[in-house]
Amino acid sequence: MMSQKNNFPPTLNFEIPAMSEQTIPTARTIYRPTATVQGPGGDKVSIEVRDLNFYYGEKQALHGINISILEHEVTAFIGPSGCGKSTLLRCMNRMNDLIDGTRAEGQILIEGQNIYDKDVDVIELRKHVGMVFQKSNPFPMSIYDNITYGLKIQGRKKKRELDEVVEKSLRGAALWDEAKDRLHESGLSLSGGQQQRLCIARAIAVEPDILLMDEPCSALDPIATARVEELIHELKKTFTIVIVTHNMQQAARVSDKTAFFYLGNLIEFNQTEQIFLNPSDAQTEAYVSGRFG
Amino acid sequence: MSESKAHIFRHNPRSWTHRKERIAMCFLRMMTYFIIFCASYLFLDIAIKGAGTVFSSSFPFVNVEFLSGSPQTLHVFEWQGEKLEMSDAQFRAWATANAIDAAGFKTDTYAYSGGGILPAIIGTVLLVIGSMIIALVLGILSAIYLSEYARDTKFIRAIRLSIVNLAGVPSIVYGLFGMGLFVLYLGWGVSLIAGWFTLAFMVLPIIITASEQSLRAVPKGFREGALALGATKWQTIRTNVLPYALPGILTSSVLSVARVAGETAPIMFTAAYAMRDKMPWEADSVTGFFTQGVMALPYHIYVVSSKIPQNEYTARMQYGTALVFMIVVASIALLSIYLRQRARERYRW
Repeated sequence: MMSQKNNFPPTLNFEIPAMSEQTIPTARTIYRPTATVQGPGGDKVSIEVRDLNFYYGEKQALHGINISILEHEVTAFIGPSGCGKSTLLRCMNRMNDLIDGTRAEGQILIEGQNIYDKDVDVIELRKHVGMVFQKSNPFPMSIYDNITYGLKIQGRKKKRELDEVVEKSLRGAALWDEAKDRLHESGLSLSGGQQQRLCIARAIAVEPDILLMDEPCSALDPIATARVEELIHELKKTFTIVIVTHNMQQAARVSDKTAFFYLGNLIEFNQTEQIFLNPSDAQTEAYVSGRFG
Repeated sequence: MSESKAHIFRHNPRSWTHRKERIAMCFLRMMTYFIIFCASYLFLDIAIKGAGTVFSSSFPFVNVEFLSGSPQTLHVFEWQGEKLEMSDAQFRAWATANAIDAAGFKTDTYAYSGGGILPAIIGTVLLVIGSMIIALVLGILSAIYLSEYARDTKFIRAIRLSIVNLAGVPSIVYGLFGMGLFVLYLGWGVSLIAGWFTLAFMVLPIIITASEQSLRAVPKGFREGALALGATKWQTIRTNVLPYALPGILTSSVLSVARVAGETAPIMFTAAYAMRDKMPWEADSVTGFFTQGVMALPYHIYVVSSKIPQNEYTARMQYGTALVFMIVVASIALLSIYLRQRARERYRW
């Protein structure tokens, strides 16, 4: 193992696959990680998970997870299917509550508050922690209504305010130029990548601090993926982003830190560069070098 | 047979496989045609025989008295060498006009064979609308609870099983249940409202089951997407689940409408009068409207075809009523289909 590590030229693993080189020339310039992966937001902890165990009925899906996610950083969760990375992500806005028979032990602190405390209003929590799903799920209504949905259910109905939010969110999701002339067409009339960016726009319209992304690009083609990744890079200026991905190149391209999960355990969590170039755990190394998973 | 044609893929119509295929196809087709034949015979028989009562050959081409009057006794008699048929009201007017003592004048009378069926038409429409509103409200609310809120416990599974089983209970049992609960125990009497609830209970199992399935068919993403934006569960259901389940729910209600309009047994003890001169809107008060019994088309058909002596005059009434009944049911069903179509276009996904 030692010898193999020595063979790593520091930048080699970060080459974007040849396929994308021709089609999306911007991808390389933007996603090449810089030498220092220190987050732009400093050291403020946004989400702190303490000794989290999570159960689906009898089956334990997460074993004693401890992880601190810093503000204005992109943190990627990688690992083979069923390793618990999505489960952990969905704990962070308590979407797992929707599944019968689930149970969480331990703490997740957001803004210093344990979100599993009894006095936590899940509704307020979810306004604070937005989510983008694996399968883009625009509601079957107009683009405008999609984005204003979150505001309307909060009772904000002033048209001028809504108009502003729509423009701001669409610009934030890099969809404004494509969608500004068709705001009142159905969200389903957009292409797959546009739909996913619409979902991102919808999520940021309610101005969360944290954005959870559950494999946001797994159903998109490489070009659409590149645009979403570019967007993530922009979004981290405003939001703390946690992204679950199956695509290791993607984790390498977009994230500042990477956490590797295996069988419900957090195996390794470190600067993305470290995880991919110099992992300290043998399992991590085996996974990122493609020997299993 | 030329050499070049004898390839291995050559179609051989005489092979046993192909024969079996053709026989199966013919059999299936014949079964379908047979059903279409039976149904057409039934409908055409009623339509042709009923058309004589409902329509007329001169302006306004419908039998106005039949569609706008109440059932009356029919008088048949000879007058100056002519055979005349008149409903009771017509006969009295005629007698007055010709200065004849109506009470002393000898005629053949046939009960229920004159006049019209307007009270029954109105009664059926009222029964359908009222019971469908009750059934849809109760049914959709319970379906929302079962599909969105209830956890999968033994108790809930037992409830679901009983609901499914209730769909198979004969309608006469619902009739007796309605009489026991609404008419006697709650003291509503034979009334519109007792009929509404009895009919609503009869179709509730269908509506609950179908609504629950329609709600479940709404993609999970609609729910998760809304919840992740900070919507409450009820907001999510109201704005992002129920509207998209509506077309499916309305489909089940089309079937229920036909059932509610058509069933005789549930209303014969709870809501239907064999004869009522007053129109439903002539009730003396608002409560009087709900507590009045009404005539209904299926019950009227039952009365004129089994409760009175049969003859050519009652037969006209039966066919006429049956035709009107079919038209009414078809119109209500078409209306629900129209509503469903509107809902589908509005909430397409």
